[in-house]
Amino acid sequence: MKSLEELAKIKASRREALKIREGIPSATEKAHVMMCGGAGCISSNCKDVVEAMQASLAKNGIADQVQVILTGCMGPCDMGPVAIVYPDATFYRRLKPKDADAIVEEHIMKGNLVPRLLYRAPGAKEPTPKVTDMDLFAKQKKIVLRNNFYIDPTNIEDYIANDGYVALGKALTAMTPAEVVEEVKKAGIRGRGGAGFSTGMKWSFCAASKGTPKYVVCNGDEGDPGAFMDRSVLEGDPHSIIEGMAICGRAIGAEQGYVYVRAEYPLAIDRLSYAIDKAREYGLLGKNIFDTGFNFEIEIRIGAGAFVCGEETALLTSIEGKRGEPKPRPPFPANEGVWAKPTVLNNVETWANIAEIILKGADWYSSIGTAGSKGTKVFALAGRINNTGIVEVPMGTTLREIVYEIGGGIPRKKAFKAVQTGGPSGGCIPAEQLDTPIDFESLTALGAMMGSGGMIVMDEDTCMVDIAKFFMDFIVDESCGKCSPCRIGTKRMLEILERITTGKGKEGDIELLLELGNTIKSTALCGLGQTAPNPILSTIKYFRDEYESHIKENKCAAKVCEFVE
Amino acid sequence: MVACTCGCGEDELTKQLDKVIDEYRGQPSGLIQVLTKAQNLIGYLPLWVQTRIAKGLGVSLQEVYGVVTFYAFFSLIPRGRHKIAVCAGTACYVKGSKTVLKTLREVLGVKEGQTTPDSRFTVEVVRCIGACGLAPAMIIDGKDVHGRLEPEQIPGILEQYA
Repeated sequence: MKSLEELAKIKASRREALKIREGIPSATEKAHVMMCGGAGCISSNCKDVVEAMQASLAKNGIADQVQVILTGCMGPCDMGPVAIVYPDATFYRRLKPKDADAIVEEHIMKGNLVPRLLYRAPGAKEPTPKVTDMDLFAKQKKIVLRNNFYIDPTNIEDYIANDGYVALGKALTAMTPAEVVEEVKKAGIRGRGGAGFSTGMKWSFCAASKGTPKYVVCNGDEGDPGAFMDRSVLEGDPHSIIEGMAICGRAIGAEQGYVYVRAEYPLAIDRLSYAIDKAREYGLLGKNIFDTGFNFEIEIRIGAGAFVCGEETALLTSIEGKRGEPKPRPPFPANEGVWAKPTVLNNVETWANIAEIILKGADWYSSIGTAGSKGTKVFALAGRINNTGIVEVPMGTTLREIVYEIGGGIPRKKAFKAVQTGGPSGGCIPAEQLDTPIDFESLTALGAMMGSGGMIVMDEDTCMVDIAKFFMDFIVDESCGKCSPCRIGTKRMLEILERITTGKGKEGDIELLLELGNTIKSTALCGLGQTAPNPILSTIKYFRDEYESHIKENKCAAKVCEFVE
Repeated sequence: MVACTCGCGEDELTKQLDKVIDEYRGQPSGLIQVLTKAQNLIGYLPLWVQTRIAKGLGVSLQEVYGVVTFYAFFSLIPRGRHKIAVCAGTACYVKGSKTVLKTLREVLGVKEGQTTPDSRFTVEVVRCIGACGLAPAMIIDGKDVHGRLEPEQIPGILEQYA
């Protein structure tokens, strides 16, 4: 890619070809069928549906007038496989290969909807055919997931058609590196990996740091159980990560980037490596990008299954090919990161925001969200809830809106009990707090945490002591063992929880858990240990009566724990 | 030279392993990538493989062993032909991964981490596989996700894997 004009030319011609996806009927094509190719829908055999669809199109002689495209995750995983048929943006769900003929012959050829495959809101008699009218999507605001309904993740020109790489062009040709850093700072975006540190500040520290070479790293080691947002972005829009990282490379003066992805996400690894190759082919990675003398390369590093590697210093050590054990900070990665060189490390979701910030400006971005937390947040909604899947909402949306309006409430008329956010670092938020607007501060104040954005809904059949034990079990397994508060302290906490959940709890156990928890929080070496007691501390705070009835009466109200007599 | 003793036609495997090592020869930073590929090739990481990788990359055997035992993905012992990974993420836990494990234990007679005597299945518990919308879920052979599992479906699913 030599110039913005060249990029604009590709964009214009590709956009013309994709007009049908904006609802504008085309003279040559009848329809584009966007079939969700996220992990959930692939597991529900969406590829068989695609094949059946293609066979049906061929049978009816219109294969050249309809495109069937596998996209990234569209969000509503439990309805999978799902598809959107353009130009009318009709949403179909729970598709089976045998439904292909109905969609092709009725919908595409005759223009009639197929009512039995349409979405019906819980309790509604009439279906909601148009995707944009669905309550599930109406409350969402898509910045990170901007392309998920629109592009083929394996086609770089689809990404370019929706303003892809324009921000990189702008950062390289119309802005100084300092201006890029300033814009990101002014936007107020905070790291989406969990801790919520200002991204712009991080970049400015690294830009000012003296060592060379510098590195840009993407944390795609999405380890929180119950979180699959980063996976959706990597699979559905890999170029947004590449573009964000390249912009940062320009801003801080780095020429090499690494994306660290979990081995458990093979599809994400495939899509991302394909995207990197394509970006290189189009001259958007490599030497002399946009003819500005700027060079940037990206390499993928595969994580081999260690939760602690989501912690930044551990991840950087793992990139070097070593045991992923954390190090004390300071020095911070901005000064001494990978190979002890200045490094900016951000999470997948953070990277996916960057191009939009540069393209539309800091003022636009900071107009979304709350005073202290700008922009949107992607959550992975799962557990005991009607609509499970990926949602993106402005910061400041309340939990009630997410659970009841977007998530469709709790199935089988059960009572809501709590939402767990932030995975093993977070906590459980009870019903009384459902109207809290979600941002970094409010969640921390509740004893939970934004974390990376996993949100697990629990109902009356969930035992909170058992959940606390589940997380502690996870932490004991994943603690790297380097520091003793985490290695020994979490093990002792687990033993107490095991005692309580088998009817052997003693008077004073709750107090002991609180004392241990607070000690570990203030003495552990890294983020994993410092936040490990949160699930226990928060469940004691809001559900102390459940602990007490386990200990004093050998009673588990949710009937989960089995007491040994 | 530590030789392979399993009678697997070591020469051919060694050649392929060397090809994997060559990509990162003399580069200690490539250790995890090489181990990943070597395990995909051989199925596990016996001592002779670790020794060869250590020499090839220029790191000590102790470091290689340290890395192998740190990461959950690597295995020092042979595994079954089919790997059943039961997701232990929160969503799966809330929706009954305990029952899935119990059923597998009953059907196969092995616990997590163990391989059936006929080397057909290895049962493992893995961290969240990101299929939370399909909880409770398990992945067989790293690619086939079976979701919304009910205990009575499990024997039928296992039959598909010989």
